[in-house]
Amino acid sequence: MDVKKTFLSWPVVRQATSGDFLGRGPAVTSARTRGLAPRTATADKVVQSVCPYCAVGCGQRVFVKDGQVVQIEGDPDSPVSRGRLCPKGSASEQLVNSPGRQRKALYRRPGGTEWEPIELETAMEMIADRFLESRRRGWQDTDENGRPLRRTMGIAALGGATLDNEENYLIKKLFTAAGAIQIENQARI
Amino acid sequence: MSFWRNQLSGPTDPAVDAAWQDARPRKGFFTDTSICIGCKACEVACKEWNGVPEDGLDLLGQSYDNTGALGASTWRHVAFVEQTSERIEQARESGRRLVELGMPALRTRDDTSESPSSLPAGGAPPGPSDQGVPDVRWLMASDVCKHCTHAACLDVCPTGALFRTEFGTVVVQDDVCNGCGYCVAACPFGVIERRSGTEGHEKGRQSHGISIGGAGSDGSHQNAPAYAATNGEVKNVGIAQKCTLCYDRLRDDQTPACAQACPTTSIKFGDLEEMRDTARARVAELHQLGHTEARLYGTDEGDGVGGTGSVFLLLDEPEVYGLPPDPRVTTADLPDMFRKAGYAGLAMLGMAAAAFVGRRHP
Amino acid sequence: MAECHPVAYQWVTEARLKGATVIHIDPRFTRTSATADRHVPIRAGSDVVLLGALINYILSNDLYFKEYVVAYTNAATLVNEDFRDTEDLGGLFSGYDDELGNYDLTSWAYATKEGNGKIDDAQEAAEPHGHQQSEKSAGHRYGSGGPPLEHAEVLRDETLQHPRTVFQILKRHYARYTPEMVTEACGISAEDFDYVARAVTRNSGRERTTAFVYAVGWTQHTLGAQFIRTSAIVQLLLGNMGRPGGGIMAMRGHASIQGSTDIPTLYNILPGYLAMPVAGRHDTWDDYIGAIGSKRQKGFWANADTYAVSLLRAWWGKAATAENDWAFDYLPRLSGAHGTYQTTMAMLEDVVEGYFLLGQNPAVGSAHGRMQRQGLSHLKWLVVRDLNMIESATFWKDSPEIATGELRTEDIETEVFFLPAASHVEKAGTFTQTHRMLQWRHQAVQPPGDCRSELHFFHELGVRLRERLAGSTDERDRPLLDLTWDYPLDEHGEIDGEAVLKEINGYHVSGDKAGQLLDSYTEMRADGSTSGGCWIYTGVFGGGVNHAANRKPGREQSPTALEWGWAWPSNRRILYNRASADPEGRPWSERKRYVWWDEESSRWVGEDVPDFPADKAPSYRPEPGVGGPAGLAGDDPFIMQADGKGWLFAPKGMLDGPLPTHYEPQESPVRNPLYAQQSNPARKVFPRKDNLWSPSAGEPGADVYPFVFTTYRLTEHHTAGGMSRWLPYLAELQPEFFCEVSPELAEERGLENGGWATIVSARTAVEARVLVTERMTPLVIGGRTVHQIGLPYHWGVGREAVVSGDAANDLLGVALDPNVQIQESKAGSCDIVPGRRPRGEDLLRLVAEYQSRAGTTTMTGNELRTGQPDSTPDHTGD
Repeated sequence: MDVKKTFLSWPVVRQATSGDFLGRGPAVTSARTRGLAPRTATADKVVQSVCPYCAVGCGQRVFVKDGQVVQIEGDPDSPVSRGRLCPKGSASEQLVNSPGRQRKALYRRPGGTEWEPIELETAMEMIADRFLESRRRGWQDTDENGRPLRRTMGIAALGGATLDNEENYLIKKLFTAAGAIQIENQARI
Repeated sequence: MSFWRNQLSGPTDPAVDAAWQDARPRKGFFTDTSICIGCKACEVACKEWNGVPEDGLDLLGQSYDNTGALGASTWRHVAFVEQTSERIEQARESGRRLVELGMPALRTRDDTSESPSSLPAGGAPPGPSDQGVPDVRWLMASDVCKHCTHAACLDVCPTGALFRTEFGTVVVQDDVCNGCGYCVAACPFGVIERRSGTEGHEKGRQSHGISIGGAGSDGSHQNAPAYAATNGEVKNVGIAQKCTLCYDRLRDDQTPACAQACPTTSIKFGDLEEMRDTARARVAELHQLGHTEARLYGTDEGDGVGGTGSVFLLLDEPEVYGLPPDPRVTTADLPDMFRKAGYAGLAMLGMAAAAFVGRRHP
Repeated sequence: MAECHPVAYQWVTEARLKGATVIHIDPRFTRTSATADRHVPIRAGSDVVLLGALINYILSNDLYFKEYVVAYTNAATLVNEDFRDTEDLGGLFSGYDDELGNYDLTSWAYATKEGNGKIDDAQEAAEPHGHQQSEKSAGHRYGSGGPPLEHAEVLRDETLQHPRTVFQILKRHYARYTPEMVTEACGISAEDFDYVARAVTRNSGRERTTAFVYAVGWTQHTLGAQFIRTSAIVQLLLGNMGRPGGGIMAMRGHASIQGSTDIPTLYNILPGYLAMPVAGRHDTWDDYIGAIGSKRQKGFWANADTYAVSLLRAWWGKAATAENDWAFDYLPRLSGAHGTYQTTMAMLEDVVEGYFLLGQNPAVGSAHGRMQRQGLSHLKWLVVRDLNMIESATFWKDSPEIATGELRTEDIETEVFFLPAASHVEKAGTFTQTHRMLQWRHQAVQPPGDCRSELHFFHELGVRLRERLAGSTDERDRPLLDLTWDYPLDEHGEIDGEAVLKEINGYHVSGDKAGQLLDSYTEMRADGSTSGGCWIYTGVFGGGVNHAANRKPGREQSPTALEWGWAWPSNRRILYNRASADPEGRPWSERKRYVWWDEESSRWVGEDVPDFPADKAPSYRPEPGVGGPAGLAGDDPFIMQADGKGWLFAPKGMLDGPLPTHYEPQESPVRNPLYAQQSNPARKVFPRKDNLWSPSAGEPGADVYPFVFTTYRLTEHHTAGGMSRWLPYLAELQPEFFCEVSPELAEERGLENGGWATIVSARTAVEARVLVTERMTPLVIGGRTVHQIGLPYHWGVGREAVVSGDAANDLLGVALDPNVQIQESKAGSCDIVPGRRPRGEDLLRLVAEYQSRAGTTTMTGNELRTGQPDSTPDHTGD
């Protein structure tokens, strides 16, 4: 250990040598304080994004370190928001990283009183089976006047206003091709 | 001895006084409450950046304010004050008296015309004076640590945990603070506080300790401590905590989180001189529009804390917002005491240094 | 706006600092009111009276922008002589069918040279109007423009003097909408009305423009679409449409709610506002194409066939051929309204078996939460995809109906799959924001655990469905098997969002440019040589560049910021901006110059992408009878309207009247002061035992639910709370459900600030903490005091969120606007008493006791036509 260096970095000594006689400034800063850097500066990358809450479309900058989001803040480049965010937008990092967020698929069986864990693959298979069964049972070829309907009333969906255009596009495309017409979202609520 | 004279009261440059060789222009906030919309983005942005934990899930019954006050886990606090016409009249009248007294804040526009960020004319709080007094108004104001010119918290800190930064702001070093709490008693604004609770992720509810008449003693089911895990894990329990004016961001020339988020620029950040000028220009503008209720807070370097690093434009008396009307640094009377204790202190300092050297020698 | 769109409000704040006047009209004094020049409290649901009086004020005082109104609106157009106004028929327009409870729109048509002109398209006119027609959701269908007309040969009197001009009809229709009526119906003082009227009219004209901004609460009324129509009339009269600083801005509430309407997850439309085919009206391709855009009408809707063919080519590729009418028969058909509330009722009837909830929490966020949760309990299976364990996923164990004993966990047979979703930073894609702007989000990180995007989920689901059906010879499986579903996958198995956006943009599929992306929807053809999943988005990938990802910093470009993101259509930021210039193509004023005709280059130029054929001179006049874009005259700025004009009077498209008319909400404490007809006679009602209504004023029992309640959002939360109540930083800011009451009401009912109150409607009762506030103003309506109670609707009953509470939406019933099938959730009747609500079965007893005292039955509030001697009950809704 470099004793001299250690000694000279000791606050009281720095107090005397730095001119900070009252020990209120640089003399008392700890090594951690002196090394402080904002995580916005130490992030591996910054990704331009858009706030997921209301429809104003505020620009966000997402700071990523070691594959984790470490900060989300306003994007000053955005002509919509000029770097500003409301409380919800400011809480976006918590939306992404909150421990309360669900990260595992769960299943509740008919009459069940608790959730059970389920493999994602199993769930997908079960959903595909049920989709086709309900589609079949709810199928209508024609109406009472014999006019074509070629649809199913057995399946419905709600949601889309928080999703991407590309996602809504696939939903509408797949449902329509399957004959499911009862697709709705917040726009009608 | 002018250095010593100005260390505990009156105008000075605190970063220079703290012997920063590379002192930067003093930084500060100007919070213009006349354009605050009470959205609380500042509260959240602050918590997100600084990892400040959730601070209780109680409805306070105080308009839309469920935060209550500044504290260890609340470094920005938006106050909501509802007033009816009678009180609005009084605010306007009390402001008018200040104008007549020629408070230093009330410069003419000419004095401030050079201010680089002077605001365009026209903006006014609701109910312009030419339309009489509105039936109701809703004041919103985001409060924060004042980063006083003469900061009692810093002056009483025995460990050097609190220090004056090169930006003239006052910051707690979590790794140095031993939780003695002297600063808590010293702060004339009640800003700094030791964090309570349990380290780690919270499981239970925290409380402001404020109870509301009418609430059932069993609490409401709304507050059942079901899933109160926060990702801002609770750390620094027992340690004094407050706004750092985002010291880490400042060192990288970034804007503090609250000011960056603020949707309406009610919270402005910059060189303190510029902030003060902007504040003076804005109050003058509001006075010209007849809004005599507008007044500045913290811009007077002759006040009891030597002026604050966070200055405010208020639309009523400070008490209405929960601010002390005449804050006075609790260490203002220290010089006398300090002189007496000085020699003893220096002697101790020498002994401590000797002890250090001795201990490190094998 | 400050309350729910704080960051957008920065522009209002800045405008105000520059001297703009901001007026806030709202039942409550909100954070917006706090920073506005004036707050004008209004009784919830009375908006047409206020705006109608504004129209009357403008017309009576000759304050309209005459040159603009004559040239750019249909003010001068003559209406059919069979038309009868509400002034003549006691609050109804001509064409009302008592039996069906809806309108035949024929008599509202424009007059034509042949005399009594028919403007309905042939198919629709041939079809007897009736149940099906009234249940279509017209409003959304016309989201991108007006409804079709057969042609645009209309009669005009540009002196505006002919009694059958729209202008004169407008004058007569609103003559009784006076300041006195505003005071009586809205509770707004004459002084406040005068202030609003002066401020708006003084700030409009050549040199100045006024903007209207609304949040979509305005749509949540039984005549919500007409509220917005009324403001459209005001803005057209004042010349504020298509001009900078003008317009009507809908502040929408979800990141991509505009996108989910453009590329609809909605039952009644296909991408780009093309109608879903309806059985009986669109049975053949020719029927369909004829109905969605006549070739003889003006404007760009006349090219609807090119948009529809391109869509079908995008979906079914080579399987969509000229021989099979582009696979038109692959599309399922509607037979009425299949909106979210009809779907919920279909669950209760065990018709709907399986349900997907995709980032939506209807147990808390939809009207009539009880009906929603009961509906969920009838499902065979439910898939919930969300970030958090929302109440709609846990209804089977902790819903209020479990507590009352109406549902028992063990008896609920619903299988529930909870699949965690990827967040906005864990996937790449576009949102379309409230200003029609698409912004691409780059992916920042991979989603954790089982979290997946909807893109991934639905692609996977499609792959699995197609695998299972492979080899099927069943004709009904052809659409799935022929579907274009080959998307490139990345190393994580995620499909490439840009590939989907390119498909949406569209390609040249044959010819010289085969394989190239389209640059504009004008390149689309009806011969199968182009594809494109949503014509209004064509150009977002123009030149092969993802323009939604354009990110030139705002400070480095003009305020229009055309190089940030991409707005549909064609990157235009202000729609109908041809109207920012006068008929000769000159800016109305230098101060308001935006888009103008440049003689030198013979083109439209300006700050924005001109919303007009770029080289069509202002003096251009088409030959009579020419349709489509070529049929637009050089001074027809409203290029999506079938006659090129802004519609003061809607000859078609609105199902409940060509002119907005005041009707009372479904539940109202007052009688309609203007007409014998109490409520919108064309509204959609559902007489059911689980959907009872309070008697309205004048009916026995009305005093049992004497107060008005209105629901709304707070800054600190997001809709049903799925993205806010689980976050400690937001939950702590507004931790509990509360109600806002005036000191007068608190005094009257013994309510204490911070205490508890129980609010009872004809559906259920909820409890809330009380905030007594001067911000709530009792209004004097028709001589009596009306108290309004404010209820933010973010909380729900469950055990998983950081904060929970009773749901305000449980108080609501289901009654819908006929145009868009949106529920009335901004005005209802209730009682309020101090203390917490009863628990268990006692809650049901309390609600039943109120219903019994009020004497409410399934017919209460459900008679469509009122105040008429021949009043007949309605049977349409059951």
